[in-house]
Amino acid sequence: MILAMIVINNQGKPRLAKFYNYTPVEQQQHIIRSIYSVLCLQPENVTNFIEGASFLGPDTRLVYKLFATLYFVFVFDSSENELAMFDLIQVYVETLEKCFNNVCELDIVLNYSKMHTILDEMILGGQVVETNSEKVMQAVEEISKLEKVTTATKLISKSASLLWG
Amino acid sequence: MEQLKTIGRELAMGSQGGFNQSKEFLDLIKSIGETRSKSEEDRIVLHEIETLKRRINEPDIPKRKMKEYIIRLVYIEMLGHDASFGYIHAVKMTHDDSVLLKRTGYLAVTLFLNEDHDLIILIVNTIQKDLKSDNYLVVCAALNACCRLINEETVPAVIGSVVELLGHQKEAVRKKAVMALHSFYRRAPSSVNHLVENFRKKLSDNDPGVMGATLCPLYDLITIDVNPYKDLVASFVNILKQVAERRLPKTYDYHQTPAPFIQIKLLKILALLGSGDKKSSEQMYTVIGDIMRKSDTTSNIGNAILYECICCISSILPSPKLLESAADAIAKFLKSDSHNLKYMGIDALGRLIRINPDIAEQHQLAVIDCLEDPDDTLKRKTFELLYKMTKSSNVEVIVDRMIDYMISINDSHYKTETASRCVELAEQFAPSNHWFIQTMNKVFQHAGDLVNPKVAHNLMRLIAEGFGEDDDAADSQLRSSAVESYLKIVDDPKLPSAFLQVICWVLGEYGTADGKYSASYISGKLCDVAEAHSSDDTVKAYAVTALMKVYCFEKAAGRKASLLPECQSLLEELSASHSSDLQQRAYEFQAILDLDANAIENIMPLDASCEDIEIDQTLSFLDGYVQTALEQGAEPYVSENERSTTLNISSIRNHNAYEHPAHSLRFEAYEVPKPVVPTNLPPAVTYPTELVPVPEPSYQPTLSSRPISDAGSGSTDLRLRLDGVQKKWGAPTYSSAASSSTSNFDSFRTAVNGATQSDNVPAKSREPRQPPVEVSEEKQKLAASLFGGRTERNERKQSGGAVGHGKASRTTNHREDKPQPTTVTTAVQSLAPPPDLLDLGEPTGAVSSYSSAVDPFKQLEGLLDLSQDGSAVATTSSGPDLMSLYSDSSTNGQKDNMNSAPNSSNRTASLTKGPSLKDALDKDALVRQMGVNPSSQNPNLFSDLLG
Repeated sequence: MILAMIVINNQGKPRLAKFYNYTPVEQQQHIIRSIYSVLCLQPENVTNFIEGASFLGPDTRLVYKLFATLYFVFVFDSSENELAMFDLIQVYVETLEKCFNNVCELDIVLNYSKMHTILDEMILGGQVVETNSEKVMQAVEEISKLEKVTTATKLISKSASLLWG
Repeated sequence: MEQLKTIGRELAMGSQGGFNQSKEFLDLIKSIGETRSKSEEDRIVLHEIETLKRRINEPDIPKRKMKEYIIRLVYIEMLGHDASFGYIHAVKMTHDDSVLLKRTGYLAVTLFLNEDHDLIILIVNTIQKDLKSDNYLVVCAALNACCRLINEETVPAVIGSVVELLGHQKEAVRKKAVMALHSFYRRAPSSVNHLVENFRKKLSDNDPGVMGATLCPLYDLITIDVNPYKDLVASFVNILKQVAERRLPKTYDYHQTPAPFIQIKLLKILALLGSGDKKSSEQMYTVIGDIMRKSDTTSNIGNAILYECICCISSILPSPKLLESAADAIAKFLKSDSHNLKYMGIDALGRLIRINPDIAEQHQLAVIDCLEDPDDTLKRKTFELLYKMTKSSNVEVIVDRMIDYMISINDSHYKTETASRCVELAEQFAPSNHWFIQTMNKVFQHAGDLVNPKVAHNLMRLIAEGFGEDDDAADSQLRSSAVESYLKIVDDPKLPSAFLQVICWVLGEYGTADGKYSASYISGKLCDVAEAHSSDDTVKAYAVTALMKVYCFEKAAGRKASLLPECQSLLEELSASHSSDLQQRAYEFQAILDLDANAIENIMPLDASCEDIEIDQTLSFLDGYVQTALEQGAEPYVSENERSTTLNISSIRNHNAYEHPAHSLRFEAYEVPKPVVPTNLPPAVTYPTELVPVPEPSYQPTLSSRPISDAGSGSTDLRLRLDGVQKKWGAPTYSSAASSSTSNFDSFRTAVNGATQSDNVPAKSREPRQPPVEVSEEKQKLAASLFGGRTERNERKQSGGAVGHGKASRTTNHREDKPQPTTVTTAVQSLAPPPDLLDLGEPTGAVSSYSSAVDPFKQLEGLLDLSQDGSAVATTSSGPDLMSLYSDSSTNGQKDNMNSAPNSSNRTASLTKGPSLKDALDKDALVRQMGVNPSSQNPNLFSDLLG
């Protein structure tokens, strides 16, 4: 299963972290830091897979991919296929791309909860449930539509109360 | 530039209004983004925490504001700060009526809480209610939360609703319900065991997404127990076929590949189901073959599927045809420029060589490239592969390489792993005593503190026990070579403690055994060790005991033994030591100094570390003493049981008239104990010379005759495996006898395809082999020594100037070069069965003559090989015929074809052989593990393999 999904920028700041088994905050920080310290030492043109046994515990490996300033990292165990995980990053980023048009680090920082929503549509309880970015997009769109509706109604009611009050 | 972008975004955010955050939050994120140091960031976050703590408890916060606070909390926690003060607000938010807020609340609680948190109890009720909601978005949010927040105790509260939701009209809900049920199963299998049937049902859901999600729990279930799901093989194969034939809606395509993740999952499941099951495996062959043919090797995901196919092929009962296409796919992986693909290729190769060890030979150069690649992950993977393919012919090169790597890395985890692998390989395959000792020295020198202390004890035991009962000369040779090498390095001040212990023990036990070194020389060295490592009590203890042994052996041998002055002073120092253990050893030594040679010989028998210590539990040697005491009127001994059961006061009271009842205090002084009458009996119990506990005192070193079935089981039984080695220099060894299937594949192909296609087939099979011309000599040498078969040309070069691994490779070449001419000539002359190619002796005879009997391609190959590529010929060596093992499992159609082939009579003859395929495979793996030389040591084993 997938154990964690982490997005770190190239200065080591976490941008998104989701652990699929409960992990205390300190340990999360430790994991993020050790992953970053490994990633930033990776030379160019090497495999995108790293065995995690020495810093993440037994039977763990990670796949990473660097997009501009961001490392996208999946941590998983031996029941997953490395290349497939590598493409899961691609799916996730493609979905982000569709969501934000020309996605950049800032989008990710500012739309923190949307990032989670997208991820939740794709991975549930450490298992990949949806890899069709169209479908993920649909679900996310529906949710954001909902949000727009609620804010809009709020605005209306607010202006109405202003009018009448 | 970034500044500009930020502004642009802010504007966009304002107008977009989607996930609207306040200016404050944007400022926070921005300021954190601009920090230069961790402390600066901490300062900002702490300030933010203060603000939030204050704000969040204000009354009447507008809901939208509250939502933002919660998001800020989540953000803070991601940065590693404690946000627990806000948990309760997140919990409250899940109760909200607005879907938006509810979702935010659920998101926050799933990130904040674990399933055993106290606050969960407040959420379960809400989840229960939300699962029944009409709004499917609410239901989805609740199911998301279920996956994370429901523990064993709370499962019953929600499970009913979740099962109902499996039939929801929205596929998104069904999918999530399946996953929720799966997460319950993972947490508390017992609570959902009765519902497992639902997963089967959902496999036939008409939405492919739901079906795909169902594969996750089924995969887990099948991993635990395959048998109840055997009936699903046909369904899985069918689904896989439909997916591969693009029957799914176009939307499931990803990079032009139909539903790749579903394909991968299905292949994983099939691998489990087909493992060791002929009937199931046969059902899969066609679809796997189709997928491999169709797979798009230009895209990453296509390769992922291909890799999964290889994994599946190596797990199910092998089909020669599939094995061949798997080998082709691996060749493509290894030749690729992408490191990712090389990595996968090496991994896949590691899986496939378990079935067919010879595949590695085709890829030797690619493997060596990976070994020399600067990419650490790739390198490690390659070492793993080498570890798997080690045999006695290449162990020297592989272990040398591994030790070099071990020295070069700093990571203690991998250092430990590599060290223990080196030790394991050396113990299993060591070609000579000298090499073994040298290798262990290197491992201990560089990673002594990291290896398991058991390894040190094992080494001592190995040196003590030797390799077999019958060969005393070899044993003593091993010992003296150990002593010699230890004396060379013992002065190194930086030796790890575990190694020093071994050195001290060996020097004490065998330092003077061969008479090469004088006792005073050895004692001097031992004193130096104790002095140089004065802070290490264990080493000192080993040293002083070793000194004692050296002294005892000298004296027992009737030579005049005198203590060196430094030894004397060491003893004095130790008898005042803080460590009671050291003190005791020192005093014991001093006591021994006063004894005569006869007594000493009894106390410290020479080379008796492996003898059993017989314990006389009845203490019969005391009988005489007891008898005299009784005759003098002493009370007979009353056993402990009797004393405690009958509260036997009377017998004591007889003895002592003033005795009070047992439990009261005594006020009189105890009587003066009688002086002990010294016995003149010789000490019958051997003095425990061992510092090292011998785990199995009754252990008999009779490994060669031991049934292998239990030999493979325990690491405690690790011993030098030299029985297969002697033959290495002579005629056939295991490596050459190991099955070579390329030839068999070729013959199979002919059988299937008929003669018409014969032209393209050999060309194809040539492909993976790289022309040796552009490859550097050094690599070729390495390849030769690793994989055992290279050209004669190489051999000559090596014998000219190669230093390092020349020996190993040369000898292997000798073995495999000689038969070449025979192969070629016989093949060219006629189709008549040639004589046994490699003269492998009785067990392989029948099969090998078949495998090379009627193979037109072999002739071609032979002709080509003579002129250019020797490695190919090396593979023609015959061995256990894979075909004969596996062809039972090939499909009927193939069988028909085969029968029409000219060699049908031969073929069927070999088909009927082999009692149980699975057993044979298992045994094969075991044999490989053991490194047993089949033809020499254990003919029965091998003939069993062959049927």
